[in-house]
This record gives sequence, structure tokens and C-alpha cells, in this order.
Amino acid sequence: MIAGWLFASPYERRLLGGPPLRGPTPWVIAIMSFTILIIAASGLALANSASLLGNAIHGRYSVIVPDGGANAAAVTAAVRAVPGVRAVAPVSEQEMRRTLERWLGPEASSPSLPVPAMVEFDAGAGSNIPAIANRVAAIAPGASVVAHRETVGPLLQSLRLLQWLAFGLVALLSAAAAAAVVLAARGALDTHRATIEVMHGIGATDLQVTHLFQRKIAIDALAGSLLGAVAAAAILLAVAAGAAFAGELTGGAVLNWPDLLLLAMLPFALAALASVVARMAVLASLRRAL
Amino acid sequence: MARRCTGPPSRSNREGQNLAEIAEFDSVGLRYGTGGEVLRDLEFRLAAGGFYFLTGPSGAGKTSLLKLLYLAQRPTRGRIRLFGEELGDAPREALPAFRRRIGVVFQDFRLVRHLSAFDNVALPLRVAGASEDEIEGPVREMLDWVGLADRAGARPPTLSGGEQQRVAIARAVINRPDLLVADEPTGNVDAEMARRLLHLFTSLNRLGTTVVVATHDIGLISATAGAQMIRLENGTVVDRTGALRNPPGQRARP
Repeated sequence: MIAGWLFASPYERRLLGGPPLRGPTPWVIAIMSFTILIIAASGLALANSASLLGNAIHGRYSVIVPDGGANAAAVTAAVRAVPGVRAVAPVSEQEMRRTLERWLGPEASSPSLPVPAMVEFDAGAGSNIPAIANRVAAIAPGASVVAHRETVGPLLQSLRLLQWLAFGLVALLSAAAAAAVVLAARGALDTHRATIEVMHGIGATDLQVTHLFQRKIAIDALAGSLLGAVAAAAILLAVAAGAAFAGELTGGAVLNWPDLLLLAMLPFALAALASVVARMAVLASLRRAL
Repeated sequence: MARRCTGPPSRSNREGQNLAEIAEFDSVGLRYGTGGEVLRDLEFRLAAGGFYFLTGPSGAGKTSLLKLLYLAQRPTRGRIRLFGEELGDAPREALPAFRRRIGVVFQDFRLVRHLSAFDNVALPLRVAGASEDEIEGPVREMLDWVGLADRAGARPPTLSGGEQQRVAIARAVINRPDLLVADEPTGNVDAEMARRLLHLFTSLNRLGTTVVVATHDIGLISATAGAQMIRLENGTVVDRTGALRNPPGQRARP
């Protein structure tokens, strides 16, 4: 049915004259489609990364013992004994020094450098964190219990903000594409004013006239959208290696199958939006005539 | 009491109609924008099946009056009834069905330049929903009648003025309209073609089509037996008695 609607009869195609895909509309839509897809893919990747990061730090805590590993074993045992606590894992001194090496260089390996001990754990629902802190403090005075969400929280917040910014930009660009279609529809109406008057004069309804323009703009928009989508797909494939690495860092795929399906639907959604907007614009213009 | 238009007429309605008057103008005035009235106090009736010439000097309002008749303009005051329906303030959705009953020959032809002569003539049939099988025969026959059978595939820019006018006339009469409105239809054709066009109009008139022709061509008027004349001056009808002086039922058929 949609194919029948898109593929007009030869006479209908000739009625507005000129070959298809002529003029700026397909190119404007192609640029919009390209930009929308890149931004939407970025937004989805950010959303997934934020989600993975959020899951990874949810309920995750660290016990930091400033004066080193003398009490690490006792602290580990004390934490493990608390009901609801899971995955208690002391971080070895070697690993701590390796981490510090990034900032301090070889000096991090010096035995004279005091290295705090760290024990990580997951607190399940109902875990009493203040009680854990008190128990740890009793074994190692000065030790503190830090929630990962407090340290990684600002980064997570930034990711969420960027994600919504991307989705907002997709909405704005879609609105801009719709505005471009309105201008294109008005331009086409002005160009074909004489034909419209003849059509009305011989008894064509507004819908008959509208279908001509709506069909032409829908075809232009679909071609432009697909062209933009192909270009965007090429760019996204080119950065796929980097995205895979980012996925490894966050412990999951940056874009999953539902996301790819959504991205694949966007060019068609854009063409559908253009078609609906064109129909509304043409009908509104025709209603101003008798 | 005039019946107000509530929607397009059904076919059975249309066929069942036996109107004495196809058009009624009561106190009709027309102005464009904020200018003065180009038509004022129009009071006349067009009998169904009549043949009318609309005459008057340039600028008298002939083309504006025709626009009211073929529903391209609404009156700014007064009442217009066409086909028994009051259409002066009818909803615009109702107008296409009435326009399909009116054939119009525009002074400037108004052919669609991207379409061939065949497609231009076929346009009213296609708009009315006819299939390609139903279109082919009548359109070829009509093009043959106006002498353009061999120019069916030509586009308007490649046709002469007279040829374009003949295509416009073929388009106006292809669906045998109830009302045919022509604005200076013989302005661009030679005497022989003018005679043939007049013959086409009178033939249609005999078949029941009401014909209204705006013209300066005295020869055309004098050659049409039984036709009536409506004379416009300064936007109003000056010869009111002419409108129904010789109703079609009483006049001799040529």
C-alpha cells in the first residue's frame, strides 16, 4: 500500500514536472539525517555507558586504611562477617603501587612510600554501612568507608547530562528538518501555483492536490534520509574499534542490538515526519485559497 | 427559501434535478481586498440549457463575473445559487463536486505545461477518478474533434496559441459539463476554428449544457441563433431584460 502510494502514476509524476530528487530538499534532509544519526548513536552510547557504570558502582564500597596493610586481613574478616555484604576483595599492595605509579612514577615502588590498604565490597540490600564503618574503625582507627557512587557520581552525572543533551539535539534537529520541509512545501506550492489553480478549477479536492506534493516531498525525504544514514553508518563503523574498547572498559557493548535497530529506524522516521509535516503545510496553505 | 449547501450532490440527486434555473444571482457584489466593488448589485438568472453571451467593454467585470460562476471567487455580498444550491458561503470541501459540473475555458488557457495535450485534456476525467481505460477513447476523440489528434503528445510550450486554446476547450468539455463557462474562447483561433468551436458549444448546448461565453466577437453572437445576451457595464448588468427574454424552452433550436 505504501509502495503504491509512493510510486505515483506517470501522469501524476509529470504533473509537477521536473525529475525527482531535484532541488535542495533531499540534500538538506541528508545532512539532517547524518547529523541526527551520529548524535543519536552518541547519545545511546553515553546512555549505555552510564547505565553500565551505574550498575558497576551500585552498592560498591571501599574501606581505606591509611596506615597500610597491617590491619588489612582483620578489616577484611570484619567486613566479610557483616550480614548482606558480598564480594569482599582486598586490593593487594602491588596493585595499589601499580595504580600509584601512574601519578608518582617509579617512586611509587619505593618501600619508604606508605601505601594505604584497601578492601572493596558490595553491600546488599539492608546492609548497615554505619555499623560496618564502626566495626572497621574499631580495628583500624582512621579507616574510612567510601561509597563508589560518591567518587564516580560526578562522572556519571556528566554522562547522563550528555546523554540527554544528545537526545535533545536529536529532537531539535528533527524540528529543524520539519521546518525545512515546511519551507520546501511552501516553495513547491508557489512554484506550482498555476497548476494548483487549474486542479482546483476542474474540481480536484485539497487532498488530491496535497497527495501530489506530499508524495514528492516524501520521496525526496526518504532518499535524503537514506543517503545521510549511509554516510553516518560509514562514520560509525570507522569509530567502531574505539567504541569496542570503550565497551571493554565499561564492561559491556556501547551499542546493543535494540540500539542499532532504533538507529536503523531513524531515517524512515525522519522521512515519515517530513511526509506528515508536508501534508499539514500543504493543506494549511490550500485552505487559504478558495 | 433557498436551500443551503450542506455537501456535494450525489449522482442520483444530480440526475433527479430538473432545474429551471442553473444560476441565480441576487444583489451580488464583489470586491478584491480593500478596493472598490468590481461587481455590484448583480441580479439575474441563467436558465438551465440556455446559451448566453456576456458582453461589455474591457474592465466591465466580465472575467470577475465568470469567476463567480465557476466558483473561483466568493461574492463579498449577496447570494449565489448554482445547481439549486446556495454556494456563496458553502464550505470549501463542498465546492470540488460542483466544480466538476462546470467546464471552464480560461482566457489565458491555463494548461499544465508539464503535461502533454492528451494529459491536459484527460485531467478532469482523472480528477473525477476515471480509469485509464475509460479515459483513452474519449480523450482521443476529443483531440480529433479539435483537430489535434496528431499533437496528443505535444506539451503546451510547443503548441501555438490557437492549438493551446483548442486543448483548453477540449479539457473544458471532455466530461460534458452541466455549465460551460468560456472567457474569450475564440480570441486566438482563425475564423474556421471559431466556427467549429461555436458548433461544439451549440452541440453541447443541445445536449443540455448551459453555456456562458464572454466575448467581444459580434460575429460569434450573431451566428448563434437563440442565444441571449447579458451586457455588463461598470460592474453591473445594464440589460436585465436580456437574461430571460428568450428562455430555451421557447426559442427555436438551430
